Amino acid sequence: MSSVLSNRKYVIGAIFIAIMVSYIIKFFSIEVIDSSYKLSAESNVFRKVVDYPARGLVFDRNGKLLVYNESSYDLLVVPNRVPEFDTADLCNILGITLEQFRTEFNKAVKYAKYKESVIFKQITKQRYAYLLEKMYKFPGFEVQERTARRYEHNAAAQVLGYVREVDKKDIEADPYYKSGDYIGVAGIEKSYERFLRGKKGLKIFIVDVKNRVQGKYKEGKYDTVAIVGKNIVSTLDIDLQLYGEKLMQNKIGSVVAIEPSTGEILALVSAPGYDPNMLVGSDMAINYPKLLRDKYKPMFNRALMAAYPPGSTFKPINALIGLQEGVITVGSAFPCNGGFRVGAHTLHCHHAGSLDLIPAIQHSCNAWFCYAYTKILGDRKFGRTDSAYSNWQRRVQSFGLGKKLDSDLSQESKGIIYSKNYFNKYYGEGHWTAYTIISMSIGQGELGFTPFQICNACATIANRGYYYIPHIVKKIEDEQDIDPKFHVRQETGIKREHFDPVIEGMYAVCEMGTGRSARVPGVKVCGKTGTAQNPHGKDHSIFEAFAPKDDPKIAIAVYVENGGFGATYAAPIAGLMIEKYLNDTITRPDVEKRIINANLMDPNAQMGAKKNEKKDDNTNEKNNKH
Amino acid sequence: MKHRGANTFLSMDWLTVILYTVLVFMGWLNIYSAVYDESHSSILSVSQRYGKQLIWIGVAYVGIIVPIMASSNKIYSVLAYIIYGTVMFMLALVLVAGKESHGARSWFEIGMFKIQPSEFAKFATALALSKLLSAYDFALDNIKSWVQAVGLILAPAALILLQPDMGSVIVYFSMIFVFYREGMPGIILVMVAVGIVLFVYTLQTDIYIVMIGIILLSSIGYLIYGGRMKHTLLALAFIAGVFLFLFAINMFLLHSKFEVQYIILATEVLVAPIFLIFGYIKKSLTAVLITAFLIVCSGAVLSVDFVFHNIMTAHQQTLINVFLGLENDPKGTGYNVEQSKIAIGSGGLTGKGFLQGTQTKYNFVPEQATDFIFCTVGEEWGFIGTTVVIVLFLCLILRIIYLAELQMSSFARIYGYCVASILFFHLAINVGMTIGMVPVIGIPLPFFSYGGSSLWSFTILLFIFIRLDASRDEML
Repeated sequence: MSSVLSNRKYVIGAIFIAIMVSYIIKFFSIEVIDSSYKLSAESNVFRKVVDYPARGLVFDRNGKLLVYNESSYDLLVVPNRVPEFDTADLCNILGITLEQFRTEFNKAVKYAKYKESVIFKQITKQRYAYLLEKMYKFPGFEVQERTARRYEHNAAAQVLGYVREVDKKDIEADPYYKSGDYIGVAGIEKSYERFLRGKKGLKIFIVDVKNRVQGKYKEGKYDTVAIVGKNIVSTLDIDLQLYGEKLMQNKIGSVVAIEPSTGEILALVSAPGYDPNMLVGSDMAINYPKLLRDKYKPMFNRALMAAYPPGSTFKPINALIGLQEGVITVGSAFPCNGGFRVGAHTLHCHHAGSLDLIPAIQHSCNAWFCYAYTKILGDRKFGRTDSAYSNWQRRVQSFGLGKKLDSDLSQESKGIIYSKNYFNKYYGEGHWTAYTIISMSIGQGELGFTPFQICNACATIANRGYYYIPHIVKKIEDEQDIDPKFHVRQETGIKREHFDPVIEGMYAVCEMGTGRSARVPGVKVCGKTGTAQNPHGKDHSIFEAFAPKDDPKIAIAVYVENGGFGATYAAPIAGLMIEKYLNDTITRPDVEKRIINANLMDPNAQMGAKKNEKKDDNTNEKNNKH
Repeated sequence: MKHRGANTFLSMDWLTVILYTVLVFMGWLNIYSAVYDESHSSILSVSQRYGKQLIWIGVAYVGIIVPIMASSNKIYSVLAYIIYGTVMFMLALVLVAGKESHGARSWFEIGMFKIQPSEFAKFATALALSKLLSAYDFALDNIKSWVQAVGLILAPAALILLQPDMGSVIVYFSMIFVFYREGMPGIILVMVAVGIVLFVYTLQTDIYIVMIGIILLSSIGYLIYGGRMKHTLLALAFIAGVFLFLFAINMFLLHSKFEVQYIILATEVLVAPIFLIFGYIKKSLTAVLITAFLIVCSGAVLSVDFVFHNIMTAHQQTLINVFLGLENDPKGTGYNVEQSKIAIGSGGLTGKGFLQGTQTKYNFVPEQATDFIFCTVGEEWGFIGTTVVIVLFLCLILRIIYLAELQMSSFARIYGYCVASILFFHLAINVGMTIGMVPVIGIPLPFFSYGGSSLWSFTILLFIFIRLDASRDEML
């Protein structure tokens, strides 16, 4: 019996060994095979503290500061370290309601009691000062310094753009971004985000289970230092920009100014605009929807995105194409009896007698350009109208019209110019001629170009045949150069000699033609008026110009919506801008005053003011009663 | 052989002593690492746990090992019941005069010393049990003997349960190995093992899975004890058929009024008479016993489930869950085990190195110097470290079993088995809970875990056996 029982030591031993072997197998699986525990361990003990760099500054072409950073403060909380405290006091300081605070605080609790989370972002300096005084009352709260964008001038909002906190899409698109980061979403802030944002730094701390810091991971071996964003010099001339915005106040439209010899954008006004500081920090939440709802759409960059028919400003282009194709000459004279008749329609003219090219431009003779257009589209060497049209279309686009210019401003619209297929489909192949689409000869009809494109085309004329892609940035800190594409001459293929008569015509426009109001004493200004037909109301006033004639320093396009003839508003604005840029003094304060005071906005725009008046009345009444 | 016993220090089993020393030293290193703090650099700093543990290790050698080895081997048998009685008294006293901490009254606090009598109850019970089982007129073949033997174990277990300290109670189940070695039928070992597993898993997993497990276990048991494969398969097929029939009725006629586990029970109740008749005709006791086992286990499991969910209050449920380690943490079920696994899993093959563990040091692991000390082993020494420690323990335990079988006196042999079983239970439960193979039950890892009471009681437990073994040729 005893010896039988003594054999049970083997059973017991076997059970013990079997259990321990199963343990060893389990250990092997979690220690050696399964790597997920290592990751969990890291997320347990590492607290990664991001060091946010300041964004790069933006300067204008003369080194004047446009965009900078201001300290702002985020309020952090570690919920489990917060004892009972005076919530009302804190809410008062932050300027939020008790309810808002509770929602945010509960969110933080839900996220993690032991970990810190941001409960209120971008506290202003003033509020921070109050908060700092009373911080001792709020244990468990902490303030983290961040930077907020500030814009020096209430100007160029659409050019500079704005920044906002990244959303889910941004994070998915670029893994650099983590929740809480900021990203440029329009204008320069967007186009040059890569340079402006800098590089975030990271400090890895080791924390215990209650998230108390125990030291640096590997003595900071893997920490990185934040690198401040690169500063950027813009091509903008902020004085010119400010002046343009002043001239455009209470008007809808755009002003674009480009330096022809470089393609640098000197000013880009889209009116009405908004104060870029409206979209900073916690104000953004209030102002952004307000701006979106505004009936004048101040966030819409008209200069880049609104395509208008070019009207008569397009005439010099047609003249140049005609000359290049050899279908007209400088001496070509076409009869004008006050207009050009097509069937029952007449395109009217406002001068007398037959003209040749230069006076035709000077007087903006509709009839002359209609004839010229029939010549261009009737060009025998192309055989058919549609082939000639395609050639014409190609020539037009060589001025950068009806295509994206590929500038460094992201919101460019393409504009409208149809291919021959459109007309072949619409009228039937072989069933249309220059007469069918004759309105395009004078820049009306199936054409739509942005002020930006028209300004660039004007710069092309000023350059006598080529342009540089317009761009808004001149220099990036620590970078050799901006994108080399901005230094490539974009040729039109039109011979230089053809430009001389056209420019003569444009000079005559300002000297004694339709654009006399753009004349600047002592400066040879070349320009062309235009009136874009507007089916919805009063026509748009357009003017394109460059100056000085022989050594162009500035090309400009001005659009004033519902401004009537080009000569009425657009031309004087262009003249004032040119004078401001070239001479920095205004010799015609009366003109300046008239423009500044002109209010072409919908009378409803005055509603706000009227309401205020009414309020005043009410209070007066009340006062009287007393 | 004459020399053996003449000088106990020369004749003690050095392999066991070395294993003990190595484990204690390794344990201390891991305690040092687990509570290591750069600001307290002195190893002997008594304010730190590693400093205190070092003192207790010293006391264990000088104040425990030396006296035990110098003592007569006869006194343990003689004093067994006196020691047992004294400790029982202490266990009763601690319920009244003990210091309550963590909801349990387990400690005496005398000045700066804290003593946990339940730790010392282990060796006392082992001595008393050895004395009882080795008595010349005692045999485990009648009810009275069983009542005496089990009662001897249940007394301290019950007192400890009142503290309550479930972990220390569970250790007394390890005595089943001793009973098995001394003649208990093997089937009881199997059934108790099954019972424990069922009790734990009934509350942890879906009950119908446990019930299906019982059916499969019964089939295997039947096969092991001489049942024929043909009959087993037939029985299983029969059960499946009846179950499907009842399931269909429940589904289509009663619109799923009953839950699956009750259908399984109904199936078993329906087929049981047929199995019993089969056993009676074939004169197969096994078939009858297995059928009884099936019904009793299923019924027990269902009652446990029913009582737990329908009769117990939420508070009582929580208490049970805490006992089972299902609910011992503020961050939700399984948090502690998850953190423990993360700590061990992050160690990899070779570990992060001495003092380099982050999970244990920064308190992600609970009780990292006591119950979860093995996490430090896993994190800092990796798979190699955990394997080495497990193998060392296993060597120690198997060595004790080997030595126990060499004893002339059955007292020494039984005591040896008690020591091996208690050590093994501690090892299996403590290590098992760190990797989620066993519910979280707070018991120390022998020689490793921080704590004087624990270290001393295991030292006493082990060295009494080493002392007995040093004179193994003597009949007591």
